[in-house]
Amino acid sequence: MPEMTYRDAVIRGIAQEMSRDPDVVFLGEDVAKAGGVFKATVGLYEQFGPLRVRDTPISEQAILGAAMGAAMTGLKPIAEIMFSDFFAVCFDYIANEFPKSRYMSNGQLKCPLVVRTGNGAGSRFGAQHSQSVENWCMMIPGLKVVAPSNPADVIGLMAAAVRDPDPVIFFEHKSLYPTKGEVPDGEIVDTLGSAKVVRPGKDATILALALMVPRALQAAERLKSEHGIDCEVIDVRSLVPLDTQTILGSLAKTHRLFTVEENPRLCGWGAEIVSIAADEAFYDLDGPPVRITTPHIPLPAADILEDIVLPTPDRIVETVSKSLNS
Amino acid sequence: MSTVRDRAPQPAGSGLNDDIGEEKRLELYRTQVTIREAEQRAYDLFLQNLVKGTSHLSLGQEAVAAGFGGAMRKGDLSFCTYRGHAHTLARGVSVEKVLGELMQRDNGLMRGKGGSMHLTSADHGVMGSYAIIGAHLPIACGAAWRAQYKGDKDVSTCFFGDGTTNIGAFHEALNFAAVWKLPVVFCCENNLYMEYTPISDVTAVPSPAGDRAGSYGLEKIVIDGNDADAVFRTARAAYEKARAGQGPSLIECLTYRHSGHSRADPAKYRPEGELDRWKQRDPIKIYRERLQQFGVSEKVISDIEADVRREVDEATEKCKAAPMPPLDILTTDVYADGGWAWRN
Repeated sequence: MPEMTYRDAVIRGIAQEMSRDPDVVFLGEDVAKAGGVFKATVGLYEQFGPLRVRDTPISEQAILGAAMGAAMTGLKPIAEIMFSDFFAVCFDYIANEFPKSRYMSNGQLKCPLVVRTGNGAGSRFGAQHSQSVENWCMMIPGLKVVAPSNPADVIGLMAAAVRDPDPVIFFEHKSLYPTKGEVPDGEIVDTLGSAKVVRPGKDATILALALMVPRALQAAERLKSEHGIDCEVIDVRSLVPLDTQTILGSLAKTHRLFTVEENPRLCGWGAEIVSIAADEAFYDLDGPPVRITTPHIPLPAADILEDIVLPTPDRIVETVSKSLNS
Repeated sequence: MSTVRDRAPQPAGSGLNDDIGEEKRLELYRTQVTIREAEQRAYDLFLQNLVKGTSHLSLGQEAVAAGFGGAMRKGDLSFCTYRGHAHTLARGVSVEKVLGELMQRDNGLMRGKGGSMHLTSADHGVMGSYAIIGAHLPIACGAAWRAQYKGDKDVSTCFFGDGTTNIGAFHEALNFAAVWKLPVVFCCENNLYMEYTPISDVTAVPSPAGDRAGSYGLEKIVIDGNDADAVFRTARAAYEKARAGQGPSLIECLTYRHSGHSRADPAKYRPEGELDRWKQRDPIKIYRERLQQFGVSEKVISDIEADVRREVDEATEKCKAAPMPPLDILTTDVYADGGWAWRN
């Protein structure tokens, strides 16, 4: 199967949907003529023209507000917020407007749009350009939230998000942009709300998202070879809707649960899943669920500091092996 | 360069059939009286504890809603604030539907799920009432972008108060609309108070919207917001401009709210005599006299008033008799599939 980068998959995913539906439009800062600061939208302006691929001012509220007004009245906008940290300056739309208009209007209004954003650490950008903020969105009723970990999922989940009738927040991981993966030819359409078992195993379930998926997989190989522990790794992919069945199904088989989360500790997505497991699968558990997260601190800039603050394969191996051998 | 367009009323005896015409004038009067009577009724029902939560009335500001609503075409879109009852009624939504929502009944516009601050009637082009200051200016830009992109001829109007001119979204939206040349009209109802504080105490320029227009390459337009004819003419010109592809307008309407900011506010901060002075310029009083000047008979005028009162009375009784919303709507329409499921 041909390989492509996660970055090129973003371009292909958007292009696939824009080619299919003339109502799909795309806006953001530096996304058109410049091709995006992460070069993840190169060529779209040339392919689809200035009416469909539009540069905006540095006005995050205007970007998301305009996307919403267009979505309410018949378009299917994809809006880019360059860094997910900037959600904080336009959070009204994410928290109060997109997710509540359908409910408050008793179903009269709709909001079918996608907000793509560069999320996550690894670029030494410091505390305001490196955060993992998917939990900011996960907690809001009315939103859907996805975070792909590989190029094929980027394309398939992008298609699912654009075709979905609800507002979808689409987290792309900045450190994954240069990574490569196999991608089949032709149209790819995935399903929101489906987790994926990316490595079957029988001794423990490790849940991971985005950049933490390759790290969990790396750790799982070492746990097998160095400790004889056979881990099942699940790429959660979609936080809302959440594929609880796949997660609890795995837990019923392995009886141990670990989450690997890039977000700071408090209220990370793993906390919600652990609470679901405690409620609904308590007697499947042979030991306490363990959350492996970034500690509850702002992210540092220096590489030596950033590298040790995120969950690493070393930390995953150590945590899982100690827990299972205790 | 300030070009204040304070349109003078037509001289008496010039006849009703000028550029506005008799039919439109009677419509503008009926709309203003409907808003006045419905808002007054909402206040009375609040005193009877039949309107719950909060409510923000437009008593005294009726000419703005009537003038803009009267200049819109079917298919044009309105984006309102929490002070949105007037703009909703001005698009032809029934008093019953509005009062029903304020009274949290099943016959309300949104069956009690939105409340006073979020009146929405998509069938009438009322695309929501937004309770976070400034949020709907960019949203109106988006609706206008869709019209521009698809070649639709509708115009979006965004109504907001003077206080909105000091929040970031106002400035982002104005710049965005100007740069993209969008068919959107921004209407600032300057009622002199942001909430409890005079707008002049907290704003760097005398005309909170008008004096900002130049920053976005737009004409400064400040009009008498208590004269429905002036509002109508200014709105009509802005809609013609928007439909001709010539971009947005920002219109500041000078007006005054007769009641407090919300139902919790007795408005004691107002200097003595201010309210009385503005009541001399009550938009309904002005317009009633205008109709008389144009020779409309007292009978035609009082028939409209009686008709509206009957409508409001009947709506009130229907709402009082209407059931509360059923509990099963609690979890509907969170997502587009009609439900609220966030997991499998």
